[in-house]
Formats: sequence, C-alpha cells, structure tokens
Amino acid sequence: MSALLEVRDLDKRYRTRHGVIHAVQGVSFDVREKETVALVGESGCGKSTVALSLLHLIEHDGGRVRFEGAEFDQLKGRREQELRRDLSIVFQNPYSSLNPRMRIKDIVGEPMRTAYGTRGRELVERVREQLEAVGLGPEHLRRFPHEFSGGQRQRIAIARALALEPKLLILDEPTAALDVSVQAQVLNLLRELQRRLGLSYLLISHNLATVESIADRVLVMYFGRIVESGTVSEVFNDPRHPYTRALLDSVPSIDPSQRHRLKPLEGDLPSPLRPPPGCAFAPRCARAAHDCTARPPPLGSIGSREAACYHPLGG
Amino acid sequence: MTAGLPPAIAAPLVELRDLRVHFPIRKGLIIERSVAIVKAVDGVTLSIRRGKTMGLVGESGCGKTTIGRTILKLQVPTSGAIRFDGADIATLDAAGMKRFRRRVQAVFQDPFSSLNPRMNVGQIIAEPLIVHDVMSEPAERRDRVSELLALCGLPAAFAGRYPHEMSGGQRQRVGIARALALNPDFVICDEAVSALDVSIQAQIIRLLEDLRDELNLTYLFIGHDLSVVRHLCDDVAVMYLGRIAEVGPSDELFANPGHPYTRALLEAVPTPDPDLERSRPHQVLGGEVPSPIDPPAGCVFHPRCSLAVAGCGTRVPPLLPYGSDHAVACTETGAGASSLPEKGA
Repeated sequence: MSALLEVRDLDKRYRTRHGVIHAVQGVSFDVREKETVALVGESGCGKSTVALSLLHLIEHDGGRVRFEGAEFDQLKGRREQELRRDLSIVFQNPYSSLNPRMRIKDIVGEPMRTAYGTRGRELVERVREQLEAVGLGPEHLRRFPHEFSGGQRQRIAIARALALEPKLLILDEPTAALDVSVQAQVLNLLRELQRRLGLSYLLISHNLATVESIADRVLVMYFGRIVESGTVSEVFNDPRHPYTRALLDSVPSIDPSQRHRLKPLEGDLPSPLRPPPGCAFAPRCARAAHDCTARPPPLGSIGSREAACYHPLGG
Repeated sequence: MTAGLPPAIAAPLVELRDLRVHFPIRKGLIIERSVAIVKAVDGVTLSIRRGKTMGLVGESGCGKTTIGRTILKLQVPTSGAIRFDGADIATLDAAGMKRFRRRVQAVFQDPFSSLNPRMNVGQIIAEPLIVHDVMSEPAERRDRVSELLALCGLPAAFAGRYPHEMSGGQRQRVGIARALALNPDFVICDEAVSALDVSIQAQIIRLLEDLRDELNLTYLFIGHDLSVVRHLCDDVAVMYLGRIAEVGPSDELFANPGHPYTRALLEAVPTPDPDLERSRPHQVLGGEVPSPIDPPAGCVFHPRCSLAVAGCGTRVPPLLPYGSDHAVACTETGAGASSLPEKGA
C-alpha cells in the first residue's frame, strides 16, 4: 500500500497581537489508500490547523505535503485544480456549512458545475445519484437546508464532498454536532461509502469513542505535536504516552464492569504564548523527571508504533 | 443515617406529577392566533430521592431542559404539579418562595455565556449573597467567596479575575461556586460538562461527585452523554419526545434496559475499548426524532421501533413496573407484554 498523502514536518505559526503561537510543530504522518487515520486531541492542540493547511485554506510556514506523489504546495494552475478534486472535506457543523439561500441541487451540484461545467439535465441527474449514495431521495432536490434535520444536513454535506469523486476525505468532527442515535447513522454511512468507493479518511476528532469505531490508525496530538501514533487497538489497549493514558482514563464508560473512578488530569493546557520548556505535557505529567523539562522528546519507535516520551509506559 | 428514617427524610426531595409544558406557536402580526402546539413535556411523573443524583437523558428536543427550567420556576407548567420537599411550588407564599430560591440552584452548560463578562469572579460568586441579603458585611462575603473558591478547587486570588481570563474548566468551577453560595439542597446541572474537553470534563465530574458527598446535595443531572450519566447518576430517566420512556436505578437500567429506545441508544454509543466494542451489538436506529408539533399517535417512538406492532400506533403505553424500582413505557417489552422480556445481560 502506497501513501496517498504524505505530510512531513508541517509547521504553522499564528502571529497574534500578544505574540507568536506555534500551533503545529513538526507534524509528520501518512494516509494510505483506503485507510482511516484519526487525529485526536483536545481543543487548541492544532488538529484543525493541520486539516486546514492540507486544504490550503490556511498557508503553513514549513514542511511538505505530498499528495499522490506530487508536491502539493508547488503545483499551480490546472494541475493544482485536478489534484484538488481528489481531496475534499466535511465540516463539523452542518447548520453553518450549507448556504441557507441555496437549494440542495445547487449545493451538491456546485462543485461539478465549477470543476467540469456540468449543466442542466445532466447536472440534476448527477446530483440525484449523489443524494442517493448518501441515502436521500430525489424529492429533496428543490428544498433548502432549513427544511432538514441535523443528520440529513450532514448527509447533504457528505454528498457535496463526494461530488468530484475524491480519493481522500477530511472529516472534521463530522458527528460532534449530532444526536447520539443520528451519530451512529452517519458513522455507518461513512463506513459504507469507504468500502464502496475505496475512500481514504483523515478524521479529526476529540471523541475517542468515534475514533475507535471507524479509524485504523490514530495520531494523538498535544500542544501542536504528535505525541503518540499507532494502530487504534495498540494505542487504545496499551498506550505508551502518559497523555494518551490520561485521555483514556478521562472517558467515563457505559459498561458497568468498566465503571471506574475517573482519574482526571490535573491542571489545564499551558498557554500557547508561553510554552513550557521541554515536553509540553511535563507540567501535568506524573512521570515527569528532570530530562523532560530540558528539551522536547522526539517521536521514537516503540515496537510497531511511535511515542514522544522519555519515560514511556509499559514495555 | 439508620433504618427507620422519619417519613420526611425518606420522602423524595422533588416530585413531578403528570407535568405538562406546552408551547403554542403563534402566527400573524396583527391578529395573533395559535396555529399549533409544541408538547415539550407531556405527562411526566418523576421522583428525585434525597441525596441522590437523578440523570435525565434524551436527544435534542426531548424536553429535558424544559423540565429543568420548570422546576426552577423559569417556566410555568401547563398542568401538573411540582413538589419540593413536600410543598407544591406553585402555591408558595413570599417567604416560602424566597426559601425555595435559595435551596434550588442551577449550573448551566456554557460557562462562556452564563457568567457576566463585566463582573469579576468575586462579584459573580457574591451576587447571590447580596440578592438574598444573607451576608451584609463585605469582609464576611469576601471570606465566603474564598471558602467557595477553595471548595471548587480554585485559589482565593481568582476572586480578582474576569471570565475572559480563565479557561473553560475554571469558568465552570466558578459557575459551580456561584450555585453553591447559598448552601442549596438541590442543584440542577443542565449539560454542565458537555462543553468541556475530555480531560477537563473528568475534573468537573470528579468535583461534582466530591461536592455531592461533602455537602449532601441532590442533583438533577440533565445530559445527552450516556457514559457520563452512567458514571454520575444513581437513578436515570430516559426521555423521548416529551415523555419518559424508562426510569430506574442506573445500574439496573443500563444492565437491563427495557425500552426499545433505551436499548437502541445504548447500542449507538461507541466505547473506546476495542475488544468490548467488537463484542457489542450495534443496531442502528433509523430515522430521526419526529417533530414535537405533530407527534406520532400512540407510542411516540413507534415509527422508529423495530418491535412495533399494530396497537402501538393507537395506545399510549403507560409507565409500568419492570423489575424493582424500574419502570418502562412499552407494551411490547414491558409489564403485561405477551412474551417475557429477556432478563439479565
């Protein structure tokens, strides 16, 4: 399996009135064909910045992004447009990501109209197919977004994202705004579309349970860096980084036999304007020693996965 | 606490009897007329035990927040009664009303909008003390604010900070300190941890647990996250479209859910444990919650229910016993069903 997306040393700084915020620091990862990779972490860890940089919705300050073997950043004009069709996104909130003044046929048809100049009956036919693929009937074509429930709106957003037959779909918290029973429907739809269309997903999420249910591999981010990566079962069953352990211990379980007293992390995230020296997690970490505050630990191999920690758990 | 409690203590702290809250939808600018009625809460009976935590769960629009607001007297019920510590809250006299307001407090979801941005933390927490005129000396109030901050895990120096200078978790601690200022007996937590990141959420859950034990509080915990509710609550009521589908002790209800909606909700929740996740059944509920303006006849859940039979569309199922202290509103799985429900899990 070759890598569809290769991200190397991605770096992004935001210049603010109060100083520079180093939002993403040296992030590297691959997404292979037909694979789901999840980027997890809490608010402000940089996961959405990574997603937006990949789409060039914001410009990154350093690093390389290769997509289908081509340097994505250096492409211009037609070639860039062609490559962009292979990369698409579904946003978190279907209440704000759909234009309230456009009918569903125009929302889902817009990418095809813009990219291929598809018009008229052919366009309607294509939109009808797209809607059918996400489980919506043709009676919805002329309706407006406000006539739909949250789950239906997210299906419309998925239909739009799939309109140009992309290879990689970025899912930015795709179910966070939906009710529990509807979340499960959308996750099932995403699984089914992946199987049918051979899609790759980059899932951005703070919800470990969602990640567990659809991802193959997981990257855990803290304070702008990847602190642990590996297959979902490795990382969730046997985390090596103390932050991953703490995240898992913070989630209450629905299973009575798993009911445990929560072991929350102490303290809050450090201020991104005054990052701690060394490992950013050290101030909240029970295992922190002298070396942790000297310099940030590099992401190193532990068996088949990687963790950025001088004193990893287990092993 | 020993056996043979006097009835006043053994009795529930809060009781809802056949509570209904209906909202008319009005149309017309000049001649306003009511065109439809949203039945946000439609016949809810519920008892909240003293010193225990009752979880109220359900999806958006099921009426759980309206119940919280009605208990707080922020909303007038259409019919039915709410009794607090034995007294009907609709008929309280002025003194009784003031006492009620002191004893019942709330913590809201969004600590970004529930704190006044122009007041510092000391002023926010002291405000209830001033409004209720319980501490007239500023020095006394300052001491009380420090004490409340300490109780909620914040240093006394936080009294000088403003909401924008704090993180979400710190703000929610301030919201809790404010709710505790008047030594309430009953606290309504409306999605109190939903807006927080997981690691912070766990801190606030721990804090709520510790405070409950230290101060002997009774909580109504309104939430949509079943794992959190499971963790925190002694009893749970599951709501669907304005009605209670199932109610019972948390351990019993999660181990042996009786209502098809509860079963579907539980199956819809993924867990971050890969082994457990693979072995659990996953039956996904089709469709979405119907509109409360024109709810389905009979059992409101029947259009989405895999067990629905012809009768479900005509009869409203009553909440009937399903094991001890556990009640289910379903004619197919509940009491009186032709086939016995599968017990044990």
